[in-house]
Amino acid sequence: MALSRLASSSTVGSNLVKPISAAISLHRPISSDATTTLTIETSLPFTAHNCSPPSTSVTTTPSELLSFFRTMALMRRMEIAADSLYKSKLIRGFCHLYDGQEAVAVGMEASTTKKDCIITAYRDHCTFLGRGGTLLEVYSELMGRIDGCSKGKGGSMHFYKKDSGFYGGHGIVGAQVPLGCGLAFGQKYLKDESVTFALYGDGAANQGQLFEALNIAALWDLPAILVCENNHYGMGTAEWRAAKSPAYYKRGDYVPGLKVDGMDVLAVKQAVKFAKEHALQNGPLILEMDTYRYHGHSMSDPGSTYRTRDEISGVRQERDPIERVRKLLLSHDIATEKELKDTEKEVRKEVDEAIAKAKESPVPEPSDLFSNVYAKGYGVEAFGADRKELRATLP
Amino acid sequence: MLGVIIRNNKTILLRPSFSSAFRQFSSSAKQMTVRDALNSALDEEMSADPKVFLMGEEVGEYQGAYKISKGLLEKYGPDRVLDTPITEAGFTGIGVGAAYYGLKPVVEFMTFNFSMQAIDHIINSAAKSNYMSAGQISVPIVFRGPNGAAAGVGAQHSHCYASWYGSCPGLKVLAPYSSEDARGLLKAAIRDPDPVVFLENELLYGESFPVSAEVLDSSFCLPIGKAKIEREGKDVTITAFSKMVGFALKAAEILAKEGISAEVINLRSIRPLDRSTINASVRKTNRLVTVEEGFPQHGVGAEICTSVIEESFGYLDAPVERIAGADVPMPYAANLERLAVPQVEDIVRAAKRACHRSVPMAAAA
Repeated sequence: MALSRLASSSTVGSNLVKPISAAISLHRPISSDATTTLTIETSLPFTAHNCSPPSTSVTTTPSELLSFFRTMALMRRMEIAADSLYKSKLIRGFCHLYDGQEAVAVGMEASTTKKDCIITAYRDHCTFLGRGGTLLEVYSELMGRIDGCSKGKGGSMHFYKKDSGFYGGHGIVGAQVPLGCGLAFGQKYLKDESVTFALYGDGAANQGQLFEALNIAALWDLPAILVCENNHYGMGTAEWRAAKSPAYYKRGDYVPGLKVDGMDVLAVKQAVKFAKEHALQNGPLILEMDTYRYHGHSMSDPGSTYRTRDEISGVRQERDPIERVRKLLLSHDIATEKELKDTEKEVRKEVDEAIAKAKESPVPEPSDLFSNVYAKGYGVEAFGADRKELRATLP
Repeated sequence: MLGVIIRNNKTILLRPSFSSAFRQFSSSAKQMTVRDALNSALDEEMSADPKVFLMGEEVGEYQGAYKISKGLLEKYGPDRVLDTPITEAGFTGIGVGAAYYGLKPVVEFMTFNFSMQAIDHIINSAAKSNYMSAGQISVPIVFRGPNGAAAGVGAQHSHCYASWYGSCPGLKVLAPYSSEDARGLLKAAIRDPDPVVFLENELLYGESFPVSAEVLDSSFCLPIGKAKIEREGKDVTITAFSKMVGFALKAAEILAKEGISAEVINLRSIRPLDRSTINASVRKTNRLVTVEEGFPQHGVGAEICTSVIEESFGYLDAPVERIAGADVPMPYAANLERLAVPQVEDIVRAAKRACHRSVPMAAAA
């Protein structure tokens, strides 16, 4: 497909690939031409509310596209493996999987630094990985072991990585949005020239505290970007049954908004770049990512009582984010089918190794029941179920 | 308005009968209202640490709904003294997020009744974060404002939240009584790296207390988790916090005239609760009366009573007595309101019962 396009005219819009001086070969090794700039059109236009949308022509490089593929494949594999671990009862309680939505996490990382902050709700495994978390930290935490990112004390919904600007991991729907505006307040207060992305779902989009926080963010010009990951179902309730207006990018009213194809990693990258520039100058903005989750809401939800299997497989067929990048890589001759399959095999191996290592990680010590209640405990006493049997002094 | 009278070669210094701010006198005790104590503590901590900021309804241009933040906007500017819209859930969440980022917010609730709109952020976003993140996300925030009954404000504006917040691990809950408490505990709260719920009392704001030079120093700080023995005694222990400390002290005066020596403990800290001071006192006196303004069921007194039974059962010579607010929503009519809140005579009566001095319980059953 790519070869025929190369021969086409160079009018803007139909020109997918800028002429590359080196001869085009079907067997270009992955490592070469890593930094050649490519300009690729997003799959769909952006829809704007109270602002001018960014261009649909996104610049990228072969190495960036390859890293998008690899990272999304890793995230996909990580979530599917978590599904199996949950079914074998190694993961307990809640487990909300992100497969299908990978382009949002990956596209966001492409246009931010670790000084920018991200805060999200409970579907946080991939967001954490995108911020620099490791597979070992993910699986250990999910299995309640000490090598987990929260040392086994948090669980699936409470991943954090403060040193790379990832503030969790929150279980209360909607609470993370005011918290995110608070992070942005801190960034403005300390003049850090960075922004915060507060992610929430279509279910949380109707929360009152979101509008309270948005009002304050707009009043005080906070560098906060509210990102609605609209996967169209708040648990089992379709967006049209929960929101009188499911045009979430418009719900900010006086706050500008942009609707983005969340299954297109390049569109996400472009929108996030646009949003960051906007927020640093003009205050808050809403990004609505049109995305989709293949799994149900959580592991206890088959995901098919409120949507049809045809819908799920239809999205997987037409809009899968990894397949989209695969096609780009193939059509631009950045990689071969085999190379991409090998990448997927590597990624699978990485995941399997991490799981094996996480299974070896020990469970927390009983004394960890009482650790980190306070940052500073003043030697106060805390008690177990039978206080005459189990008590501890908090340092 | 200081006068010097010389009578019979003795010089008598007259202290002014009012004080709205402290005055430096050469030899007599300085007086300070709780309001000024809180204001000066906020001022000093904001001056010492640029990360400390104040947010809440009317804290800036209005000078504070109860004038606690008077003058702070002028001194520190609108970047550090922020008037919020009337949206507790939103602005409390923003305050907690700022604390996550490393700032030191002081969030004012006009009264703690309105904190219920934001309680999810106090408990789930603030109190539990350090634990859930295994120490990565500490939350150095102070939530402060008037708590409990005022005068004639009715049921929705008179609730005491000491026991609700006091039950939550991860929070520290303080309740000052005097100006010394107000200064020392607020400074400690602002400096503390954990979320602190700071329960003030509207009716105490205008009351004056003596403050020493040590208390007035900007480095003054009181320890969190330590109660103060306001009055030593040997016959009965009376625990109280906030406004009830004053009532307990008055009750102790009355009891003293009847030959009962009451030890009054000002809890200062609801969580951590100073169990060792309370138990040591009860082991000395063998009798306990707990006093609080809030509702009795699952209240602070219930916790103190259980703590004493667990640790000092053998030392008790009488059942523990509990004085608390009436088990009803606060009524408006003045005579009913008086019945709904503990009075000095209630504390006296309970102390006498604990000392087996009163008539046995009425044959109502």
